[in-house]
Amino acid sequence: MSGAAGPDAAALLEARAAVLAFGRTPALRGTDLRVARGEIVAVMGPSGSGKSTLLHCLAGILVPDSGEILFDGRRVDRMREAERSELRRDRFGFVFQFGQLVPELTAEENVAMPLLLGGARRGTALTEARDWFPRLGLEGLERRRSGELSGGQAQRVALARAMVARPDVLFADEPTGSLDTYTGEQVMELLVDAVRANGTTAVIVTHDARVAACADREVMVRDGKVTSPHLERTGP
Amino acid sequence: MNVPLTLLGLLERQSSHGYDLKRDYDTYFSPTKPLLLGQVYSTLGRLARDGKVVVGPAEPGAGPDRKRYVITERGATEVEAWLTEPVEAEQHLQTELFTKVVLALMLGRDASAYLDLQRAAHVARMRALTEIKRQGPLVDKLLADHSMFRLEADLRWIDVTQARLGALAEEVCK
Ligand SMILES: Nc1ncnc2c1ncn2[C@@H]1O[C@H](COP(=O)(O)OP(=O)(O)O)[C@@H](O)[C@H]1O
Ligand SMILES: [Mg+2]
Repeated sequence: MSGAAGPDAAALLEARAAVLAFGRTPALRGTDLRVARGEIVAVMGPSGSGKSTLLHCLAGILVPDSGEILFDGRRVDRMREAERSELRRDRFGFVFQFGQLVPELTAEENVAMPLLLGGARRGTALTEARDWFPRLGLEGLERRRSGELSGGQAQRVALARAMVARPDVLFADEPTGSLDTYTGEQVMELLVDAVRANGTTAVIVTHDARVAACADREVMVRDGKVTSPHLERTGP
Repeated sequence: MNVPLTLLGLLERQSSHGYDLKRDYDTYFSPTKPLLLGQVYSTLGRLARDGKVVVGPAEPGAGPDRKRYVITERGATEVEAWLTEPVEAEQHLQTELFTKVVLALMLGRDASAYLDLQRAAHVARMRALTEIKRQGPLVDKLLADHSMFRLEADLRWIDVTQARLGALAEEVCK
């Protein structure tokens, strides 16, 4: 558990009875989740159960139809779009299944992007971005474009981009979904190390138990609701 | 685990005293369930009888364990053959897990809740193994990996079974 706060500590991030439908398709049906500061939580569940929708709500990308989303005591669901956009840029980092790097930019420019968007000078941003390459075993790849990177390398660049602005929360949606087991494991090790070193809170959506096993705890989403089984209830 | 052939394999690496052999075996292959020294000596006795090892003369010094065991040509041939032979592809469904699900369905109990708890137990074990893999030596990593893949197989079964519970219940309760 690496000393991370448990689920009962004050939550940094929280969904309360979140409900969201896409037209007639219900995606969240009263979802509750509390994530403590510094905690790494895995969100598991079958495909279509609402994992990504929950992540998008927690991250202020989507706004639930009803219910509350709280970050650091603030009601994310009540913010205007500009405010949420600022929150995402300044406090959150994102890693998705397919790195989603900007193909026209070099790897180091991709990593520098959050700093540039936050108003940093180009030179400073690139210097900070380059610091991440040796840490993630990417030295020498600074000037490559995303088309010239392997899947595992692209995910590590995406991880650097997500962490470069030292976010409070890292949101990852199937971060190893496109990688083989061994490469995925290396990416997860680096992700966990980076997150712990920075004291970042992390929400990781995955259907892969191996990935979930890297988190402090996991919750299950089923039919748009969160269940977290309590092991102590298991009898002999 | 084939103890005689594993001991022979270790002897092919280098000749050894019984106690050192036991220590190597425990370190590499059975860290949680050490061999009994008596079992090591009785196994070595049988291997000697079958001409797969020879026992060196007692060496000067104190202690009961002053004999070296050396592998023979026949022993080495057997190790070589064994190492290239595939292990039987076993069925590894944890039968208790299967039984619980079917019985729960028959009795109208909450099989899904049981599967959730079982999944949590499996992931918790995987978390412990992940920790071992982050810190332990390479041999421990290999063992942990193997356990993790087994657990993953169970977990896939749990997921698919959970998705099929409705249909299963109908069939079992007919
Ligand atoms: N943009 C969208 N438009 C319409 N339906 C969507 C959209 N995104 C997700 N859904 C639906 O919402 C449900 C939950 O989806 P999602 O959160 O992506 O699940 P998961 O990430 O667990 O696979 C599914 O039924 C899915 O088809
Ligand atoms: Mg998804």
